[in-house]
Amino acid sequence: MKISREEVLHVAELARLKFSNEEIDLFSRQLNDILVYIEKLNELDTEAVPATTHAHELKNRFRDDASSPSLSPEKALENAPEKEGSQFVVPRII
Amino acid sequence: MEFEAVIGLEVHCQLKTQSKIFCNCSADFGAPPNTHTCPVCLGMPGVLPVLNKKVVDYALKLALSTNCTINKKNVFARKHYFYPDLPKGYQISQYELPIAEHGWIEIETPKGGKRRIGITRIHMEEDAGKLIHHDTRPISYVDLNRTGTPLLEIVSEPDIRTPEEAGEYLKRLRELVRYLGISDGNMEEGSLRCDANISLRPKGETKFGTKAELKNMNSFRHVQRALEYEIRRQTALLLDGKQVEQETRLWDEARGVTLPMRGKEEAHDYRYFPDPDLVPLEIDEAWIKEIKKTLPELPQEKRRRFVEEYGLGSDDAMVLTSSKELAEFFEATLKGFNEPKKVANWIMVELMKFLNQDGIEIHECRVTPTHMAELLGLIEKGTISGKMAKEVLEKVYKTGTSPGEIVEKEGLSQVSDEDTLHAVCQEVMDENPKEVEKYRAGKKKVIGFLVGQVMKKTKGKANPKRVNEILIELLG
Ligand SMILES: [Zn+2]
Repeated sequence: MKISREEVLHVAELARLKFSNEEIDLFSRQLNDILVYIEKLNELDTEAVPATTHAHELKNRFRDDASSPSLSPEKALENAPEKEGSQFVVPRII
Repeated sequence: MEFEAVIGLEVHCQLKTQSKIFCNCSADFGAPPNTHTCPVCLGMPGVLPVLNKKVVDYALKLALSTNCTINKKNVFARKHYFYPDLPKGYQISQYELPIAEHGWIEIETPKGGKRRIGITRIHMEEDAGKLIHHDTRPISYVDLNRTGTPLLEIVSEPDIRTPEEAGEYLKRLRELVRYLGISDGNMEEGSLRCDANISLRPKGETKFGTKAELKNMNSFRHVQRALEYEIRRQTALLLDGKQVEQETRLWDEARGVTLPMRGKEEAHDYRYFPDPDLVPLEIDEAWIKEIKKTLPELPQEKRRRFVEEYGLGSDDAMVLTSSKELAEFFEATLKGFNEPKKVANWIMVELMKFLNQDGIEIHECRVTPTHMAELLGLIEKGTISGKMAKEVLEKVYKTGTSPGEIVEKEGLSQVSDEDTLHAVCQEVMDENPKEVEKYRAGKKKVIGFLVGQVMKKTKGKANPKRVNEILIELLG
């Protein structure tokens, strides 16, 4: 096994996801299959290949430091489940 | 047993750019809630962040001024955690390949020596939004104007040994970002924020003890007080044979204690990975060279030059270079009145007295270097006394009128006409026969009283030195 049941539970916890026992078993198996499949790549000799973070060769794409109008607060808050005035409202966290 | 503190600081510095780091929203502060947001900084699906080039320029300025090695290749990474002020569920930051590493800042030690505090790394990242907790209801308000404004995080090595050194390091860092013009560097307003890691170990030990992370310190004073408290707390624990817990603690300024922070614990598991939305950043020599050209003379160099070129003491040089504007004021005044020590004194003692009273900076006041030079010239020429000059300076400070004009308009120039002075001295002697008698009987000290009377009669416009001479002549 590439990934343990505990690791799957931990990742679910970090992502704030709740699963039934059956689902955890299923996802553990599926994640494991994926990891085993990806493991195949390790068979390649990549010693001489520099590590990369992106699939394409683009680099240095910039914006100039200039501002342009933002959304109206009404628009920005349109999807908010709860709001007051122009503020989002969330359950108190501290 | 004697303990030694091991302190490292993490400073977040808000950059003074016009727009946010990855979108066009304004990075200005103080706007009504949620008026500076767009799909990018709100974390809507399918949007693409694009890096603000000025943020890189500013990061390079700081990296070069803190003796860092600049990484040619930079990658942005996602740092994942859930918090209501972070709409995307991750913060775009830098992890494995930050823009700069392995630098140092020089600080002055209390004994007048110098010490280098290492800088582990400097990286670019976006700020989170602002939460305002309701007084009575169990809710918090979220304002996302600050979300995505650019920050530099500056992480020091655990080289700091005392709360004073921590304060000194912060002062030097603040001075630097202000000289570079990349940040307001204001701790009270949150443009400079500082967290501290602190552990204790027996003196002579080289291994580190268990550290606590301190947060919620909103001024230099808070940082020093929190560290002092934490040293006392950890010392007591260790002397009791107890363990220091590895935890995050919040400084409570009102009670003067640090308290463990609840919630948000869950042993940091940020699951960093390269942000696929942002292409790698490559910094070449040409770019670095270009930025080097824009660097001003830095505080340390300026201090050295002020000592060497103007013969100032190092304390005076320190005060005069504490801000770029003050140093510029000093040097501009010298152009009109080239006596560095006198100029330094008048600025540091007389002018700064007014500035401190009103809590303003030199560039916010009405006195210009031209005024200052003119004023000192008037003393030099004997037009006004030093004492009168102080009053004139106050008037310049209040009105912005030039010293020459004030002296002229208010008829403040010294009475230097000998006949008039003689006459006034004689008058004062006639009015005070007892004092004259005392003087002649050997009580030479009463001359001070007589000089005072002459000054009073001339409304301070006589040259006291000359008055003294004339009186001695007449009394003798
Ligand atoms: Zn935006």
